[in-house]
Amino acid sequence: MPVELLSRLRLARDRMDRDYQSELDLDRLAAVAGVSKFYFVRCFEAAYGETPMRYLTRRRLERAQDLLRFANLTVTEVCMAVGFSSLGSFSAKFRRMVGESPSEYRDRWAARGGPRVPGCYLFMNGVLHLGGAPKRDDDCAILEKPRSEGSQ
Amino acid sequence: MIRNVSLITLYCSDQDEARDFYVDVLGFVSNTDIQMDGFRWVTINHPDHPELEITLMKPGPPLDDEGADFYRRQLDKGQAGGLGLRVDDCRKTCEELTAKGVTILQEPSERPYGVEAVIRDNQGNWLVLVEPKEFTPEDFA
Repeated sequence: MPVELLSRLRLARDRMDRDYQSELDLDRLAAVAGVSKFYFVRCFEAAYGETPMRYLTRRRLERAQDLLRFANLTVTEVCMAVGFSSLGSFSAKFRRMVGESPSEYRDRWAARGGPRVPGCYLFMNGVLHLGGAPKRDDDCAILEKPRSEGSQ
Repeated sequence: MIRNVSLITLYCSDQDEARDFYVDVLGFVSNTDIQMDGFRWVTINHPDHPELEITLMKPGPPLDDEGADFYRRQLDKGQAGGLGLRVDDCRKTCEELTAKGVTILQEPSERPYGVEAVIRDNQGNWLVLVEPKEFTPEDFA
């Protein structure tokens, strides 16, 4: 891999760190790096030890853990907030990586007490996009409560 | 008697670009810029802390080639950690830096030790911004 490519791979990785909430696919990420999709995947994996999409998933799940610990949000809201479009996929991947379901994880932390950041505050600060956001939840059928809640 | 830390090294790939970023974007001030034989010494400091200079170094001697190459790759890949910076209002600071085009890698988040964000400098280092608060080891349990 040419050494000049490393800094462009970094731009793509930074993009995932920054914009994990939005729809990022390999086409877009490869464009950030300025190389073809297949070359991008191969070089990214060589540089960082995992594929770009796996990195993105880990990034989203890490953000989800943070929100589940500290934010007063439902699992569905957290799922949407970190960029997953399907609650089923989110829960399965979360369980695989963390070893328990999102609600078990949240409840375990809630049992320890401590203040939680209100959902409305997170909304005001742009962590949540309730309504008006690019539609990306077509295949998410079940919402635990109306999505407008907390967006006062 | 050792009085204080006076100098730390921050690796960069371009000393001019690095200095401009830290001065123009982050608010540091230029301190020293000396061209020596095959070697340029560039330092900056925080305006309130002239006693601590940060030298912006291109990876090179006394590192051997392998060592210099390692630092260059870590910078390019974005895995080199730079400075930890204390801020008075982490969220506001991040808004201001975003407006200036700085990449925020981690938006301000509540931590046991304060509100923390991670940003990228223009050389590939990541920098941590912390708005500190009191904590005890138990907060991490």
